[in-house]
Amino acid sequence: MDWKWDFTFDVVLPRMWEAAGVTVYATFAAFLIAIVLGLVLMLLKSYGPKFVQYPVTEFIEFIRATPLLVQIFFLFFVLPDINITLPPVTTGILALGIYNSVLCAEVYRAGIQAVPRGQWEAATALNLSTYRTFRDIIIPQSLPPIVPALGNYLIAIFKETPLLSFVAVAEIMQISKLIGSEYYRFTEAVTIAGIFFLVMSLVAAAMVRVVENYVKRSILH
Amino acid sequence: MTGRLAAVAALLAFLLGLSVATFSDLRVFLPAILKGAVVTVEVTFWSLILFYVSAFLSGIGRGSKNTFIRWSCVVYIEVFRGTSLLVILFWFFFVLPEFGITLSPIVAGVLGIGLNFGAYGAEIVRGAIVAVPKGQYEACTALNISPLKRMLRIVIPQAVIIMIPGFTNLTIELIKATALVSAVTLVDITYASVQQNQLHYRTLEIFSVTLLLYYCFAQIVRFGMAMLEDYSKRHLLRKA
Repeated sequence: MDWKWDFTFDVVLPRMWEAAGVTVYATFAAFLIAIVLGLVLMLLKSYGPKFVQYPVTEFIEFIRATPLLVQIFFLFFVLPDINITLPPVTTGILALGIYNSVLCAEVYRAGIQAVPRGQWEAATALNLSTYRTFRDIIIPQSLPPIVPALGNYLIAIFKETPLLSFVAVAEIMQISKLIGSEYYRFTEAVTIAGIFFLVMSLVAAAMVRVVENYVKRSILH
Repeated sequence: MTGRLAAVAALLAFLLGLSVATFSDLRVFLPAILKGAVVTVEVTFWSLILFYVSAFLSGIGRGSKNTFIRWSCVVYIEVFRGTSLLVILFWFFFVLPEFGITLSPIVAGVLGIGLNFGAYGAEIVRGAIVAVPKGQYEACTALNISPLKRMLRIVIPQAVIIMIPGFTNLTIELIKATALVSAVTLVDITYASVQQNQLHYRTLEIFSVTLLLYYCFAQIVRFGMAMLEDYSKRHLLRKA
């Protein structure tokens, strides 16, 4: 093995640094789509009319049962066919967001189900409106299990962004592939990409734990 | 559940028929994709074995009293859970040769997927072992059962039932993850469909078939695991 430090510092790191921005941007954009769309899906699945519930349930199962990579290809190749042309990074973010929204929907559902039934009954007994029941009683209590779970999905999305390299989005993995084929040296670039993901996910996991404790302390007292 | 499985079986039979029927339009690309499906099944099979072995070894090892065993399991779990699977596959395939270890594409794919998912599975194994009531351990001590026999005959049979739902999800995740082996030049379903798309531009049909195939695999696994759960509940726990 020969690891070249000057190659690492002069070529690999500067280009990786730019690519890291794309990775982080894609992660947060996809996360935003996932938490919003997930909420909509959960509401439709649990509280929507019957004829909506069934297709939504099957849609969730279908998205969960198929690989993200194929979904990315599907959007990337099929959307232009129906005259929707998006830049690759937007297509990728959309695919990542949809894929994770069904997982977030399950998180919301589990969080709301974890609120004891007595709380619902008490809200009915006190004649609270549905809106006030959700805003003041149910949602504050369901947040402690939901927040760390969503944090874990943020980390999961982050680790899924390398898949965007398949549709030539200039994120970390794509840049390390490019460096590898330009200089015919994969060692430094791919290793640094691996270390980048490892360090970032360990840091992010620690941060999720901090937020988890904060939510537990500040909402439930 | 059975309804969904019947639909899956019908769909698979239908696709198989279409791939040979002379009148079918899909005949131009279906056989190539089904050939890719064979590669996907092959990769899935071997990585599942590696996945279960490494999940059990590291999940049990994590609770070991021996510091060295415990810490090597923790390091393995954190490293493989912390990095991205695609990066690991690339690293195995393109960087390991630099260290003098050259892996064939299928070995690199199986190693990457199996070890990556093993790290996730370890948490399920550990959680299930912890969930076995403490009284069971104390009863083993009272009955003078050796630690090894305690693990194999008392703890694991009870823990397996707790593990099955978690392992069902991870097994489906693993099948989905095999789509990444195209990165190490294996022609699986996904790669085959990309190739066929470049040849025929039948985008919507090709990728719909691909998605449906993965969906079918996942439903088959879900059904199989539900039967396994049923079986283990009946046979692993003997009522007095």
